[in-house]
Amino acid sequence: MINGLLNGVRRLGHRVVDMLWRMGVSTRFFLLLLLHSGQCFRRFHLIIREVFSTGVLSLIIILVSGLFVGMVLGLQGYETLQTYGSEEALGVLVSLSLVRELGPVVAALLFASRAGSAITAEIGLMKATEQLAAMEMMAVNPIARVVAPRFWGGVISMPLLAALFSAMGILGGWLVGVVLIGVDEGSFWSQMQAAVDFREDILNGMIKSFVFGVAVTTIALFEGYDAPPTAEGVSRATTRTVVTSSLAILGLDFILTAFMFRGV
Amino acid sequence: MSDNLIEIRDLSFAYSDRMVLKGINLSARRGQVIAIMGNSGCGKTTLLRLIGGAMRPTQGLLRVDGVDMGEVDQRGLYRLRRRMGMLFQFGALFTDMSVLDNVAFQLREHTDLPEEMIRDLALMKLNAVGLRGAQDLMPSELSGGMARRVALARSIALDPALILYDEPFAGLDPISLGVTGNLIRRLTDTLGMTSVVVTHDVHESLKMVDYIYFVSEGVIVAQGTPDEIKASELPYVHQFVHGEEDGPVPFHYPAPSYAADLELSA
Repeated sequence: MINGLLNGVRRLGHRVVDMLWRMGVSTRFFLLLLLHSGQCFRRFHLIIREVFSTGVLSLIIILVSGLFVGMVLGLQGYETLQTYGSEEALGVLVSLSLVRELGPVVAALLFASRAGSAITAEIGLMKATEQLAAMEMMAVNPIARVVAPRFWGGVISMPLLAALFSAMGILGGWLVGVVLIGVDEGSFWSQMQAAVDFREDILNGMIKSFVFGVAVTTIALFEGYDAPPTAEGVSRATTRTVVTSSLAILGLDFILTAFMFRGV
Repeated sequence: MSDNLIEIRDLSFAYSDRMVLKGINLSARRGQVIAIMGNSGCGKTTLLRLIGGAMRPTQGLLRVDGVDMGEVDQRGLYRLRRRMGMLFQFGALFTDMSVLDNVAFQLREHTDLPEEMIRDLALMKLNAVGLRGAQDLMPSELSGGMARRVALARSIALDPALILYDEPFAGLDPISLGVTGNLIRRLTDTLGMTSVVVTHDVHESLKMVDYIYFVSEGVIVAQGTPDEIKASELPYVHQFVHGEEDGPVPFHYPAPSYAADLELSA
């Protein structure tokens, strides 16, 4: 009985120490990454390549999801607004929900599962097949050559993808609200223009997606770099990337929203 | 300039508290091909990694091209590695680059040469290993032997003074095996390099190396030229060279008595 309890406490202790250890190692990894970023900005084509593989290749899923989320918002929003006879405010509802919340958050969740998992798997496999060790032996620092360009590629892509997601969503809301249901087009757009503030809404949304971009790519890169060099290790790391970054996105979103929109 | 490119004196290495190498003495003269042999898990790959600077010795002296590997900082290590190549067991080619880009990688990273010249130099290296025709292939389209040769071309891209080979013969068919062995010898001679080959392929190695060290359980148990090794009467060397199942290296992993494990009473 006492032994079982002691073992439980010991396991808990080990887990806490492991977690703290990983936090320390990942912070060090993040700082090293920033330290070695200068070189990849001098060779910007390395970053452009990563913007292509993380950003451009995620376009389809982002655009299609954005369109559908906007269409659903249009339907649901109309249902609720018409009870109060204010269905012309549909444009405001759709655009504010997307620009402030759904755009950055859903785009980041999709980005984590599409691009984040790919980054982890790629880096993990490069490690497992000794490509990173080979690079190190060729006097090329893998953090500077492989990790940093992927980081900046992801950080640049994320706000652009979120903006495209929101734009597609607004288009979807317009399709359902104006074209399908017949809400007045003039008030749909003019109310949206009047209600959406550049600094309050759009800029804050961009800041959110920038922070999510930093979080998701850092988690994905660290998990890949830290993965045990086996098939099982890489697959677990990929799963962990998606789970951890999704939780990080939701947690960070709450914190950022609390700071940005308090009292609005 | 010292005659010995690699100088190892009383070197010991431990992973946390497990001793892997104990009191190793070894040297490699410039222009020589030396082999480090031993059964799996004897510490030979660890020795190679120490020479490459991937780890630091726990005790003793390890000097490569005049640089003390126990003291060298990151910058000094990278400077040394530009004069050093390493062939990994399965090639470790960059899978997102073509064969030509793999060979050109170091030239692009470390030199400011114009692109046409980099291409020419890379093609010359590929020609030396007979794979100029494969320049546009991706690593996934290569056979194991071809990948090893591309990796060899990549490791000589900057004309290094030293090349380290980690099991260059593992998993190769007899033709590729002979080709790789000959290439190592020929490139060492024509480029005036020094080569350190870690392997357990006795017959291929005896044909091409100048000197052999046998490692067992972290200690050098025998050394000599190929002729001396072939004539050796030492039980370990004899077992290794002739591939005998039982000898100083037992067939059985240490275990309690067979009868006790099967719960048979005597």
